[in-house]
Amino acid sequence: MANPAFHRPDMLGPQPAETTKLTAVSPVGVVAPHLRADGETGDRIFKFLMLLCGLAVLGVLALIVYELMLRSSLSWHAFGIKFFAGQDWDPVQEHFGALPFIYGTIVSSLLALLIAVPLSVGVAVFTTEMCPKMLRGPLSFFVELLAAIPSVVYGLWAIFVLVPLLSGYIQPFLARTLGWTGFFDGPPYGISMLAAGIILAIMIIPIISSITREVLMVVPQHQREAALALGATRWEMIRVGVLRNARAGIMGGIILGLGRALGETMAVTMVIGNTPQIVKSLFAPGHTMASVLANEFSEATGNVYLSALIEIGLALFLVTIVVNALARLLVWTVTGGQPSRANG
Amino acid sequence: MAETVNTPALHTVPPIALRRRLINHLMTGLAVLTVILVLAPLIAIFGYLLYRGIGSINWAFLTQTPRPVGEAGGGMANAIVGSAFILALASILGVPIGVGAGIYVAEYGRNRFGDIIRFTADVLNGVPSIVIGIVAYSIVVLYQKHFSALAGGVALAIMMIPTITRTTEDMLLLVPQALREAAYGLGIPRWRATLSITLRTATSGVITGIMLAFARVAGETAPLLFTAFGNQFWNLRANQPTAALPLQIFTYAISPYDEWHRQAWAGALVLIVLIVSAVAAVRYVVRRGTFGAA
Repeated sequence: MANPAFHRPDMLGPQPAETTKLTAVSPVGVVAPHLRADGETGDRIFKFLMLLCGLAVLGVLALIVYELMLRSSLSWHAFGIKFFAGQDWDPVQEHFGALPFIYGTIVSSLLALLIAVPLSVGVAVFTTEMCPKMLRGPLSFFVELLAAIPSVVYGLWAIFVLVPLLSGYIQPFLARTLGWTGFFDGPPYGISMLAAGIILAIMIIPIISSITREVLMVVPQHQREAALALGATRWEMIRVGVLRNARAGIMGGIILGLGRALGETMAVTMVIGNTPQIVKSLFAPGHTMASVLANEFSEATGNVYLSALIEIGLALFLVTIVVNALARLLVWTVTGGQPSRANG
Repeated sequence: MAETVNTPALHTVPPIALRRRLINHLMTGLAVLTVILVLAPLIAIFGYLLYRGIGSINWAFLTQTPRPVGEAGGGMANAIVGSAFILALASILGVPIGVGAGIYVAEYGRNRFGDIIRFTADVLNGVPSIVIGIVAYSIVVLYQKHFSALAGGVALAIMMIPTITRTTEDMLLLVPQALREAAYGLGIPRWRATLSITLRTATSGVITGIMLAFARVAGETAPLLFTAFGNQFWNLRANQPTAALPLQIFTYAISPYDEWHRQAWAGALVLIVLIVSAVAAVRYVVRRGTFGAA
């Protein structure tokens, strides 16, 4: 866990416990001779079955693409590319435009990144570079615990704790101090784009911070030693020796967090207010691509309505695919092809 | 630390050294502040959850089905069982495929094709759960013509597969090559060696991966909204709409009734306890297990 080399398949060292496993398993060898005759056929069948499972992974992705494209074609033919520029969302007149949802998704996710990135990187730097070794394990455990909380529980907490806190204290304060910017304008209801951004930030912190931690840990120790030997203070060592070397990987973690924020549904739906509009103020309610699906999909009447919703789903899917692929490539280049277990 | 070393050089250029030391302390302070800011919501969430949840949990909550609006009492027993049912369906569908794909990429996939599967699994991991819900809706619900536990199970299975594939692969790769070679040397066919020796050696790690995937989908709500759909009554038929704990929490949380809010907190506490105990159990097993790489 702590040692990144441990993940690497090319660095397998002998481990004491394995010998006991070996003796436990060895009776199989005794049974083997009578299986030897059909070993080749067995091998072929086994490899084929496992290949099927591997193909199933590819198949699932293909199925997602196929189904989304098939079911959204009606809307695509009706509205074309203008679907993504239209601002009307009128199920009665069957006139659909996705822009308010796209706007809501982008604004809430960017807001979340704005809050989450400095905090996550700070936590990762603290756990890898500053805190006593003893605290390292528990600290990363607690941060990862944030990732284990289901989205709906975040939403529940946000409705009953975060939203009252926002409307009672934080929003009036922001309106007084930063109201002139226009971003913090209007009645402080709590339920708002701001609430969605904050809850999203809390949810993506564990992803960004755990990837950043992984990336910081693969920075060679001699980089740190070299910086210290030149007389750098600890912060200068972190800035020059560590963060600068880990830039690409941290960027990957941030983009992975963005991918999660874009697709996050339940918690956002519960606090964003679900109003399709484009307003500058973060105090106003909004709607995201994911939240409109959660709200309207099961009640959608009419084929065009359903198809328009699925087209939003397709767009969301394509955006997250691109964002995730980009993030994976960045993280892969740094950690050498090892997967991160922090996508939960 | 370097900044506390008292060299003559420091005395000759005091302003610069002082600035550097101040920045160093400032940054350390900021890092500590970020830790506090990150842990604060965690503590707030768990604290509030315990405070509201424990007060709301009672025997009726765990054993009864929901009552109509306005009537006090009732519980989420059907949702707890329904969740277990949907998760069982998801595991039956998802675990064999996930483990199989993991075996394929670890044992046969050290090539371009394996890389494609690996990358696909990683990308699949990032697909929003609500999109998976749409897909399960269009491949199951549209054919059955109604919402069902099976559709929910399919959605969750799709979410489990990539996680299980990747962890299974990791765990199998940790098994030393010498062990496989020893098995071949004894004349054991490759398939048998893979199942009885490689996979068996990595069992605890593979199970860890399965548990993590399980814990991850156990709290999922979005893919169940229009697949399992929810149900006020008991149901254990795979082709009927079924209640699920996260769905029930969602419905109750956004309702205007205090009694339902109370039950939503109780439900959330039950859900969290189930998930966190699964994650903690996994960490415990991994620490003690042969291959501690999760």
